[in-house]
Order: sequence, then structure tokens, then C-alpha cells
Amino acid sequence: MAPTPHSVPSVFEAALDRAGLSSIYRKVLDGTRLTGDDGLKLAECQDVNALGYMANLVRERKSGNLCYFVRNQHINYTNICNKDCSFCAFYVRAKDPAGYVLWPEDVRKRVLEQMEEPVTEIHMVAGINPRLPYEYYLDIVRAVKETRPAVTVKAFTMIELAEIARVARKPREEVFAELKAAGLGSLPGGGAEVLSDRVHREIFPLKLTPAEWLDWARAAHLAGLRSNATMLYGHIETAAERIEHLLKLRELQDETKGFLTFIPLAFHPENTEMAQLPATSGLLDLKQIAISRLMLDNFEHVKSFWIMVTPPVSQLTLWYGADDIDGTILREEITHAAGARTPQALTRNELVDLVKEAGREPVERDPLYRIIWREAAHDGAREGAVA
Amino acid sequence: MSDRFLEIAGKVRARQRLDAKDALFLFEYPDLPALGALADMVRWRIHPEPVVTYVVGRNLNYTNVCWVRCKFCAFYRPPGDPEGYVLTRDQLGEKIQALVDVGGREVLFQGGVNPQLKLDYYLDTFRWIKTNWDVHLHALSPVEATYIAKISGLSLEETLSKLRDAGLDTLPGAGGEILSDAVRKEISPLKDTSDDWIEVMRTCHRIGVRTSATMMYGSVETPAQRVEHLARVRDLQDETGGFNSFIPWSFIPDQTELSSVKRASGFDYLRTNAVARLFLDNVRNFQASWVTQGPKVAQIALRFGVNDFGSTVLEENVVSAAGGTHTMDLPEMIRLIEDAGFAAIPRDTNYTLRPAPSREEIDARWGRHRARTAALAAAEAGGAPALPGQGATQ
Repeated sequence: MAPTPHSVPSVFEAALDRAGLSSIYRKVLDGTRLTGDDGLKLAECQDVNALGYMANLVRERKSGNLCYFVRNQHINYTNICNKDCSFCAFYVRAKDPAGYVLWPEDVRKRVLEQMEEPVTEIHMVAGINPRLPYEYYLDIVRAVKETRPAVTVKAFTMIELAEIARVARKPREEVFAELKAAGLGSLPGGGAEVLSDRVHREIFPLKLTPAEWLDWARAAHLAGLRSNATMLYGHIETAAERIEHLLKLRELQDETKGFLTFIPLAFHPENTEMAQLPATSGLLDLKQIAISRLMLDNFEHVKSFWIMVTPPVSQLTLWYGADDIDGTILREEITHAAGARTPQALTRNELVDLVKEAGREPVERDPLYRIIWREAAHDGAREGAVA
Repeated sequence: MSDRFLEIAGKVRARQRLDAKDALFLFEYPDLPALGALADMVRWRIHPEPVVTYVVGRNLNYTNVCWVRCKFCAFYRPPGDPEGYVLTRDQLGEKIQALVDVGGREVLFQGGVNPQLKLDYYLDTFRWIKTNWDVHLHALSPVEATYIAKISGLSLEETLSKLRDAGLDTLPGAGGEILSDAVRKEISPLKDTSDDWIEVMRTCHRIGVRTSATMMYGSVETPAQRVEHLARVRDLQDETGGFNSFIPWSFIPDQTELSSVKRASGFDYLRTNAVARLFLDNVRNFQASWVTQGPKVAQIALRFGVNDFGSTVLEENVVSAAGGTHTMDLPEMIRLIEDAGFAAIPRDTNYTLRPAPSREEIDARWGRHRARTAALAAAEAGGAPALPGQGATQ
């Protein structure tokens, strides 16, 4: 039967018109890049389904009906940190008895503990612990690769790389080359927080400035290290500052094409210096995914990190712009220090079921988005998946 | 978007009633923004103001003793079980006063089907409550009413009329589960049949006691049985117009006899709300189930046909016994409603809007409530005997 004139697109068109988003909708249909002002208008729109409808057009244009996931293990090699970020509940100061360092042997043990799990990614991030020497970082990467050569080591955020170069007392190009030689495969996207000088001054002044973060990301990309990019939202930042963040990432991506995926991270206030703030709302979580998908036209992927927004919300995001749902994770510690009540791991089957129930096709990838598994006899795109 | 979906959307736009086949198709349709937008359109048609309502109410689970032994329930204790309880008047009074202290009027008086409690218990208790507090009694459920009538040797109408005269204001639609006897036989073989449930509702509506309707989905039912449930509610509503609202919630399997059932997802919840909103064209209000879904998904439901955030509950024992853990106070509820772009307005149990107290007043009342609850919890941790629990849903 042919679509009736009273179709759902016309429901959306009416809603988009009411929200003053008709011209943006036309740009989305044409594939025209959105401006910062467009982004602000999107942020003001309360109709999450209208935003989702547009974001889903882009999402399906890029990834069809696929939803990516990875089997990974997290290793947080130290919780000692000298940056005192007020949004963090994970770190302790140098002399705190709760401080720990995983030495190369400990890292090796952590990897051995999970040898039964067919992970393709080891994700290693941690605090900035100035007592750790340059060799330490090379050694923990080597420890992983020696124990489990087939995995990709995805490790070190930009601030960690800056610290590693500081203790190395070497030019960063040399450091990148030595880390790669030790086995570093790609970079995570954490630590970008909000790329705004005001937010930087107020809640993470000891960390890299936005300009420095972008500079490190550029250098890493030029050295052949692909990375992700994140944004920590839901604390003191304004909607305009979130858009500013996306524009800065988009600009750098035009230049380097080094970013693999964008990951909005929902702030968890519990146990942080900002514990008085409420958790992010479900609607904000969905909107943030949708707006990111619409603004970042040069990013191939937008990921929903279920550890932070909960598995149910991550499942919903698969229709609001996300094409990636992260992975099995195996022991997340940073967000759980901030009171997350999500599980610390999901099984592969749980992830696959969650994706399938949402009418998407699960695809297991490695950290560089190479396909590891795809159901052989999958039954084609589900009805309604690709408009 | 599939042609079939667009065809159904066309019917909705043209204000044509959906049939069972339409609903069945929608229950398997994955495009959430499309489903949500359609349900949202209907919501605005019925409620053109950007308002989401809530009710300041509390659960009062007067007994957990129950002989019906539903497999989906982790709250009940069989008669004779040492953990069985019936709340004393002191305990009831203290709990009602806590509600009045936060400015609330809705008492959800609900419990197990306790063979020790006869009609006189309810009549006396209701009169006593209504004499001492200015509250609204949203009490019992169809299975409790059916049983009270049976053991009293009275007709349903006589029983419900006496209860109404003693103070029953409205009857919650709990225990609807899935109104399909194939499902009820499997998950609650001793409970009332679908026809019994409908008959209690019909009788209530006839004698002027309005009710709500619920649906507990996500146990063993098929999508077709969900549609059957919706159709029975819609048919009775055509006949009586006595349902104030519809409230779907998901079965929480963890601590029940059906613990091998997988917990239904938020995705399923939103889709179920949207389909029900589209199908039940004669029911005005849809209530979010934050108790089963948590704050994030419940808030998102406000864009899937839901126009009401439900009750503040104060104390919840039934879903939490089964493994649900969500709690929410009024300031948090208001924040979520406002964050979604709506004004938060209190209502009574019959969905008449009430004047909203100032935010300062609300914050002060709930601050005192939190302090009192914390003090009670501390006393309990220190060895004082625990008050028996409260809290059915709905």
C-alpha cells in the first residue's frame, strides 16, 4: 500500500516546523553542514522524537541498520592523580592509603584473569601519577601485548600522553613512536571534558586547556594514532558550550580525520565535589546523542556509553543517532566510583539481545572498527529500519 | 518507515480507531521516534497544555498475607507464615500522617488477599481513616473486592456500595496483569479471571466509583495477548467511561518464582506506552511508572504519550520486594518534569488539577520528610523493630 498523505514524516515536519527547525531539517535531508546557531536551536528543542528522527536519518545514512559493539577489558592502572578535577570521584592524592599502582606484573595478571574472554580491546586509562617513570608506560603496554598479542591496546588520554612525554623528556613524536613500537594501537577519547576555557578554569584547571587538548589530539593523529573523542556533559556547562565543543572537534576532524567515534559521557555527581548536582535526565541523554550525530557530520560513529547512561537508555539511543554501544567492558571502576549503579560488565549475549530487540543488527568490531563478527544468516534489514 | 506503519499513522491522523491488527503490528515495530511522535501527537490532542501532572500520595500496604500466591509476586506471605503482617491502627495512622505532613491526600490502601480480614475490617478501617484525616481513599483492587464479597456472602454491588459508603473514593486498577485467561492461568492460577476483573470495574463504574486500569506486561504473554488486554479495557471504557487512566508497567522477575524470565527493557516500555496511547483512544490519562522504569526512562515516556508522573508513593514494597530499587521524592519529580519542558501541576486522584504550593513550601515539607525517614532508618539500624512495609503499585 502506498504511503498515505497523512504520513509520519508529516507528523515530524509539523513538529519541526513548530520548533522552528524546518530549515535545519532541509539541511539534514541535503547533507548540508549545520552551523553553531543551528546547534543552539537543536539544543532548545524539547521534542526528542523530532531530533531523533533527523539524527536517525544521518545515522542510517552512515551505518544503515548496523550497531557496533566491542568485547573489551578496562584496566585503570593507577588512581593516584595530581589534577584534582572536581568532577572526579576516582582519584586520590599521592599519599592517600587508598592509592594504588598496577605494576607491569599486575597488569599482566589482570590480562591473564580474562584470557577466557575473547576480548579484542584492552582499554587502559588512569590518573596522572608523577612518580611513574617513562619506562613504566612502555612496560605496561608491552605487558599486555606479550600476554595477549592479538588484542589492540587502546590506552592513554591526551593528558596522560602529555604526562608521559613530560617524564620521557623527549619530543612527543619520539614518544608516540616508542609507544607504538611497544604495542599501543589506538587512543581512547576521554579527558576532553568540555572544550571551553570557562569550564576548564572552573572544574579542571590543572588539566590540559582546550587548545592543548586539541593540539595533542592533532599530533597523535598525525603520528598515525587514531583516537576517539568524548564530552563530559551534565555539570556546569551551558548548551552553547556543548555546541562549541562539537564545533572544535569537527574542525579538527576536517583537518586530521583521526577521530573514530564521538562519545558523550553523562556526568555522575555522586562522591565528587559537585555531588549537589542532579544526575543527567534521560531526555538530555537522548538529546545529546541526537545533537552530536547531527552536528558531527565528519564523524563516522557516535557511541552511547551504557556504563554512564544505563543499558536501557543506551538501547534507546540506537534510534536517536548512536550506532555503537561500546562493549562488554569487564570491570569499570571510574564511573562506579562516582556512584554508578549500572553493572560493571555486560555479557556479549546481553549486548546482542539488547541490539536485536531494538531492531538493529549487532556487529562485533575491534577498536579500529574492523568487523570481527556478524551473524552469518541474518535476516536482512528489519522492516522500518532503513526508511 | 514501512508503508504499513504510514497507513496506521494515517488512521491516527484521521482520528480513526486502531484495530487489533494495527496494535499487533506496532508492538513489533522498532522505529521509536516514529512511534513516540505519533503517541505524542495524540497526547497533545487530548492535553493541549504543556503540563504534566502528579499526585502527592502514599502506598499503604496494610497486609502482606495472601492466599492467591501469584508467581510474579515477591511481596506476599501465605497465611500462617511468620513474616506475615497486618498493620495496626497506630502504624496506619503514623503513615497517613506522614502523607498529610508532605501535603498529600491520596492513600493507596492495598494489600494481599488476607482470609482473616472480612468486610467489617474494611468498613471500620475506612470509616476510621476518613473520620481522622482529610484524605482520598484509593483502595483495594478487583481481586480483593471479589474476595471480600465472596467471604461476606454479598453481591459485588452490595459489597462495593458498602465500601463506598464507608469511604472508598476510587479503586486502583491493580491486578489487571494481562486480561487474558491463558496468561492468568500460567502466572496466577488462583487469581480472579479476566471476566471477574472486568466485572468489578464495571460495578465500580456503575455505582460511581471511578478506577484506573493497569497492565503488567513482560512476563509470559505474547504481543497478541497484550492487544487482547488493551481491547478489553477499551471495550469497557466505551461502555462505562469509568477509567481515569491507564498505567502499563513491566514485570520485575528477579525475586519471584518466574525469575528465569528476562526483565523487559525500557525500549519495550516506551513502545508499549506508545501503542497503548494510540489504541486506547477513549482513556484520557497515561501514568508513568517510574517505580519500575527508573527516572530516566520514565521521563522519556513523557514523549511517548504519557501525561502524568504518577504518585510520590513515599514507600514502596511490592516492586522493591521483586528486585526494583527506584525511589523518587517530589522535588526530584518536579525537576524531571520541568527538564522535559512541562509545568508540573499537582492533581487529585480523579485528575482534577489542584493549586500548587510554592517551591519553598514543597522543598521544606520534603526536607522534613527526608529527615524523618532518615531518623527512622537509623533507629531501625540501631535495633528498634522495623515497621512492616508498605507499598503496592498503582
